[in-house]
Amino acid sequence: MTNLVKNGIVKSSLYMIRFEQTTKKYGTNTLALEDVSLDIKQGEFVFIVGPSGAGKSTLLKILTRELTPTSGKITVADIDLTKLNDKDIPSLRRKVGVVFQDFKLLDDKTVFENVALALEVLDKNDEEINKMVEHILKLVEIWDKKNLFPKQLSGGEAQRTAIARAVVGKPDVLLADEPTGDLDPKTAWSVLQLLNEINSWGTTILMATHNQEIVNTLKKRVLVIKKGKIVKDSKEGKYE
Amino acid sequence: MSRNFLYTKRNIRRTPFQAIAASMVMFLTFFALLTFLLLALGSQTALKYFESKPQVIAFFKEGTTSQDVETIQQALNQETRVAETKYVSKEEALQIYRDKNKSDPALLELVTANILPASLEISTKSPQDLQPIADILKKEPVVSEVIVPEDVVQTLSSITRVIRVVGGATVTFLMLFATLVIIMIIGFKIRLRRSEIEIMRLLGASPSFIRNPFILEGMFYGVAGALTSWIISYTILWYFTPFLQGYLGEIKLLPINPLVMLGLLGVNLTLALIVGGLGSIFAVRRYLKI
Repeated sequence: MTNLVKNGIVKSSLYMIRFEQTTKKYGTNTLALEDVSLDIKQGEFVFIVGPSGAGKSTLLKILTRELTPTSGKITVADIDLTKLNDKDIPSLRRKVGVVFQDFKLLDDKTVFENVALALEVLDKNDEEINKMVEHILKLVEIWDKKNLFPKQLSGGEAQRTAIARAVVGKPDVLLADEPTGDLDPKTAWSVLQLLNEINSWGTTILMATHNQEIVNTLKKRVLVIKKGKIVKDSKEGKYE
Repeated sequence: MSRNFLYTKRNIRRTPFQAIAASMVMFLTFFALLTFLLLALGSQTALKYFESKPQVIAFFKEGTTSQDVETIQQALNQETRVAETKYVSKEEALQIYRDKNKSDPALLELVTANILPASLEISTKSPQDLQPIADILKKEPVVSEVIVPEDVVQTLSSITRVIRVVGGATVTFLMLFATLVIIMIIGFKIRLRRSEIEIMRLLGASPSFIRNPFILEGMFYGVAGALTSWIISYTILWYFTPFLQGYLGEIKLLPINPLVMLGLLGVNLTLALIVGGLGSIFAVRRYLKI
């Protein structure tokens, strides 16, 4: 039994992500999230849309415990974030993969090494790492680029590498913060197709985006955030 | 753990000049430590040698007859504080001189028995008896000079004290300096790898997974400096042993016991691990916010 279970931090629930009346304030005056409550089931693909500064990134950062909420309760992959000790944060982050708009790849590591890093921190042995990295790089179709450095990749290839790194450890949840923001429409679509495929494996995906075309075409659940509040939650929503 | 060592190796290889600088500072620190420890050990051994051999030497004036010497010797033998007396004639003194300088013919040619004084070596039962016996001898008109090793003991005691104080202060300063250098270098490396650390954190790396390579790196610099300084100081000592033995005479200090050197290596390595480890732990606590 893990420490998380023993301490009552992990509980079995139907939801992969649950926010209960969560508020996040920066300082005393700036309200980033206000009284947010929402449930996301396992295997769902959810878009978070809204203007810049609406609270999308704050919501994602709370899910990885980069930020702590001011009040409220949050559960991710059965882990109660409000009861989580600092020493248990790595356990949470192993269940939650993250993809960023600027990729956040390490320039002095090859594609293979960047992806392998995610498994090294999980203390996998070299044999397992080689096998798993080869498998994921073939899935995201950049196996032939494995020895290239990030600066030698196109935007799409770099984002595929970042996605491979985020999912190679088989997380329960994948958070994507505007992953297509820096990509041309064609490349953005190929990245979306990849995320859709990862979602089909059962991984819950939460994606913050400004890309109207993608949101409208995919017809997934859409959460609209404005001024820190969820103003609309529609099952097959559109960009508003 | 093996991955920690791999990361440490990679960190060191990425910035070789800093690694060399850190190891050299550590080398200087531990070379100074070993030098002072060896000096302290040497002076302590010499001190013990003189303390264990309480002896007064009285040199006779030119023209002293054997009867004068016998009278003094008999009087001393009746003294309860005297353990033994030994007369060394001019010829015996010349023989001793020749034995000591047999490797230098130039010195042997210049000296004859006439210029060496005859002497009486008086061993006492305890070092406290040396001065009273010396005072008695000084009153004898045929005695030209009296040497009391107590003077040597006092001088050696002072030298040992100075070595301890100066050595202790120097080594403390250097250790502090080395610790600060390690803090600076490890701190710099943490800043250099900030983005990698940030990504590792987001990927779920445990704090120890991120911290350990930095701590091991500091320890490595300490061990590298300590080991090199030990090898070099042992080599220097070994090379100069025949030369130094001529000066030390009967004091059995050299060649130094290998077990003593191994003990010094142990001390050096332990302190190196403490200095390197503490420096890097401090740097990690100060600069690595996980």
